Amino acid sequence: MVSLNQLVAVCLLYVAGLFVVAFLAERAATRGQAGWLLRSPLVYTLSLSIYCTAWTFYGAVGYAARSGLEYVTIYLGPSLVMIGWWWVLRRLVHIGRTQRVTSVADLISSRYGKSNTLAIVVTVMSVIGVTPYIALQLQSVVLSLSIFAAPDVGLITTDIPAFNAPQAAFWVATGLALFTVLFGTRNLNVNDRHPGVVIAVAVEAVVKLFALIAVGVFVVWGLAGGLSETMARLDASDIGTWQVQGGRWVALTMLSAAAFLCLPRMFQVMVVENDDERHLQIAAWAFPLYLMLMSLFVVPIAVVGLDLLPAGSDPDLFVLSLPLSQGQNGLAMLAFLGGFSSATSMVIVATLALSTMVSNHIVMPVWLSVQGEGASQSGDVRHVIILSRRLSILLIIALGFLYYRTSGGGALAAIGTISFGGVAQFLPAMLGGLFWRGATRTGALFGLGTGFALWVFTMLLPSFGQGGALSVATFEQGLFGLGWLRPQALFGIGGLDPTVHAVVWSLSLNTAVFVVVSLFTFPSPIERLQGAQFVTVQDTAGPARSWAASVAGSEDLMIMAQRILGAPEAQAFFQAEARAQGRLGDFPEPTPTFVQALERELAASVGAATAHAMVGQIVGGTSVSVQDLLAVADESAQMLEYSSQLEAKSNELSATAAELRRANEKLTQLSAQKDAFLSQISHELRTPMTSIRSFSEILRDATDMTGPDKTCYASIIHTETIRLTRLLDDLLDLSVLENGQVSLHKRTSALSDVLDLAVTTALAGAARPLRIHRNRADESVQLTTDLDRLAQVFINLVANAQKYCDAPDPALVIAVTQRDDMLEIDFVDNGRGIDAEAQSVIFEKFYRISGVAGVGAGLGLSICREIMTRLGGSIAYVSGRDEGAFRVLVPLQHVTDEMRQEAAIEGAI
Amino acid sequence: MARDPVFLERKSYRRRRLLDAVRLLPLLGLALWMVPLMWAVPTTQPSEGVPMSAALYYVFGIWGGVLLAGWALWRRTRPDQDQS
Repeated sequence: MVSLNQLVAVCLLYVAGLFVVAFLAERAATRGQAGWLLRSPLVYTLSLSIYCTAWTFYGAVGYAARSGLEYVTIYLGPSLVMIGWWWVLRRLVHIGRTQRVTSVADLISSRYGKSNTLAIVVTVMSVIGVTPYIALQLQSVVLSLSIFAAPDVGLITTDIPAFNAPQAAFWVATGLALFTVLFGTRNLNVNDRHPGVVIAVAVEAVVKLFALIAVGVFVVWGLAGGLSETMARLDASDIGTWQVQGGRWVALTMLSAAAFLCLPRMFQVMVVENDDERHLQIAAWAFPLYLMLMSLFVVPIAVVGLDLLPAGSDPDLFVLSLPLSQGQNGLAMLAFLGGFSSATSMVIVATLALSTMVSNHIVMPVWLSVQGEGASQSGDVRHVIILSRRLSILLIIALGFLYYRTSGGGALAAIGTISFGGVAQFLPAMLGGLFWRGATRTGALFGLGTGFALWVFTMLLPSFGQGGALSVATFEQGLFGLGWLRPQALFGIGGLDPTVHAVVWSLSLNTAVFVVVSLFTFPSPIERLQGAQFVTVQDTAGPARSWAASVAGSEDLMIMAQRILGAPEAQAFFQAEARAQGRLGDFPEPTPTFVQALERELAASVGAATAHAMVGQIVGGTSVSVQDLLAVADESAQMLEYSSQLEAKSNELSATAAELRRANEKLTQLSAQKDAFLSQISHELRTPMTSIRSFSEILRDATDMTGPDKTCYASIIHTETIRLTRLLDDLLDLSVLENGQVSLHKRTSALSDVLDLAVTTALAGAARPLRIHRNRADESVQLTTDLDRLAQVFINLVANAQKYCDAPDPALVIAVTQRDDMLEIDFVDNGRGIDAEAQSVIFEKFYRISGVAGVGAGLGLSICREIMTRLGGSIAYVSGRDEGAFRVLVPLQHVTDEMRQEAAIEGAI
Repeated sequence: MARDPVFLERKSYRRRRLLDAVRLLPLLGLALWMVPLMWAVPTTQPSEGVPMSAALYYVFGIWGGVLLAGWALWRRTRPDQDQS
């Protein structure tokens, strides 16, 4: 019989041995030696064996003794996942490596836009989910110790006077915590890879496999007497037939597969510690082989244990109690070491993984925000990380101890499935994140929340027993007396196995809520970018986002990196980067590539979100995140709009300038016209003035002038004065007309009357006769206009014809035609008309047809045109005829501008 | 002996089909391991059901078969095979 003290001594020796192995491995790793072993697929495969904990080592036999072959489902699920590595694990490992993911919480938070909320939720859920599992390890170690303390092998062990189970559990927990702190956070290297731990886990994997197989071989060939005898014994035993419920078979296989992917410790060894993605392909068949060997002898040990040991022995301890009862102390010691290995390796890796999550996602963000003064302040931050990890380890193991004390033990397998159910809730968010771009952060949060709440209600709380955490009334009548809220018969569907019930409801509602909420929510830009990177990871392995680090001094980054990576490591990293950039000296250019590499390096220590926050503080928030890019895009869109507005404005301006230029040209022209007009006027005025002055001088100075001469000279002066007066009258008239100051006196009369007046006036005192041809019938039209002005126009035209018609027998035809509300009056004489080149200018002021005798000032036609414009009509020379022809258009009803406006307003009303 | 048509690219074609097999192997394993769902579960007479030894042989036989198949596929498809 082995004494307890001997056992403790062996354990301590074993642990010390492991510690040495880990130390040597870590030293070799930092020196870059022994890579063939440390980074071999064998070590990778063996490190995966932390899946097989004390639950496997002790619990599987107990499980088999109670429920037959059902225990094997716990290993079938992971085997399927490994065999199907191509579907999920390949992608998971690749993403984990490219994104420098540090934990399952980091993965989920990274996928959903580096959301720290999500990371905290996943961390808290993991801690709660894994707590029963750690309690299970404590319990198994305590049980295995107790069996050595028992005076009579195999009996129920709780009432042994020499052995105080709670006290033993406390010391085991303390020992494990110390061991983990020493192992995992021994040195200041807070990088999330632990080659020492991995190699220790691999050694422990060999120890536990060897121990279990040794016990199995002893049982089959030493006790049962060979393979065929063992098989016969199996069939004859209480568990000799297939008794597994179909629902449990499927549900437990699925649950173990899900938990294998989601367990924080599995994620740690499978993804974080992975060195080469090709190792996964080897582990794909090697790890199922390991699982198969581990579960191969479980049923024989259970059956032989049931046969040989006294009734009432704890089947969870058959692996130990069988060799002990046969006096095989050495084998028992080996088995104890195997179980101890299983428990310790699980506790170390699980608490390490959890403490990484707790410190990265809860402690560090809180600490950073409490510090608040910026990441480049103060000294080394690594002691904070180390301290937070150590405290997290203590906290997690303390929680496990607390659970062990409250739940009061129970079958190991039952505790294990509770833990599996908890972590399996990550599966929808995780797989959805890897395969579905539409998965959103809100969806993940709601899904996780739903699944977790259901798990707590249907699995965790009931595990404390009826009347424990939940009252008996809740079990029977449902929560708050609501019948459909019974923890083991949700929605009134009873009769299901509690485990199947909890797994089916929590996972299916989790998935449903996750999908539905994802469908109806909208992801943020950064989330969409991360989603795209995760889902299409095999195709593109681009950076998550880049830094524009122009502001970030390399020195500042160096200061921060030293605090997290450690001074020598940070300097080595910076020097390597500087060399890679082809620069001499210690500091590389803070290019986006470099800053991003640094962020990833930091992310490996403190998690992606924290690393990003820290680099962001240094770089001064100039991270070119997607939000920033969107903001930039918004700004450039605004600038585009602004510039197009400017362009429109400038077009408008140039149009205005062109208009102004045209106006200026017109003004210049007008000015020239005015000058010409003034010189014309001066000329016109000077001619009569000259003759008046000359003749009046003659009259004044000549003393011997006869009467007739005097009369003659005086009459010349008179004539010239009249001419001057008429010229001035015309000018005045024209000016009045042009300025629009003329007031029209409208009257109604027949056209013929107007023409009569005009002809009479024009021909009064004419030197030459002019025959007038008129059609009186056409002229009997009534019209309302300023008749005096119209008559003035007619007089002018008739007088012109009389003056300028060069025909031997001058004649004038006045033809009247009515078109709609206009009257067309043509004045056609039988002269030779006006030359083509003169036609365009006859209406200009002071134009007189050269070579033609005449006395006018050349203002008559100008005045006519102005008058006709005022009367709403027009006057034009009809070209293309051999004779002189003027056409006057005059409206029947004169309409002024004001009248037109009034008419328009009335029409509008 | 007739020549192989050049365009068939037998090697890469075979490799792709082997990768298909890698993808399908877990489904085969799942299907075979779910066969016990169809076994009768004895209610009154324990001797009626499938005996434990047969169940063990079946479950572990598939286990061995699946991982042997996985090993064989790995031998044929591992990346360093390409160079040889």
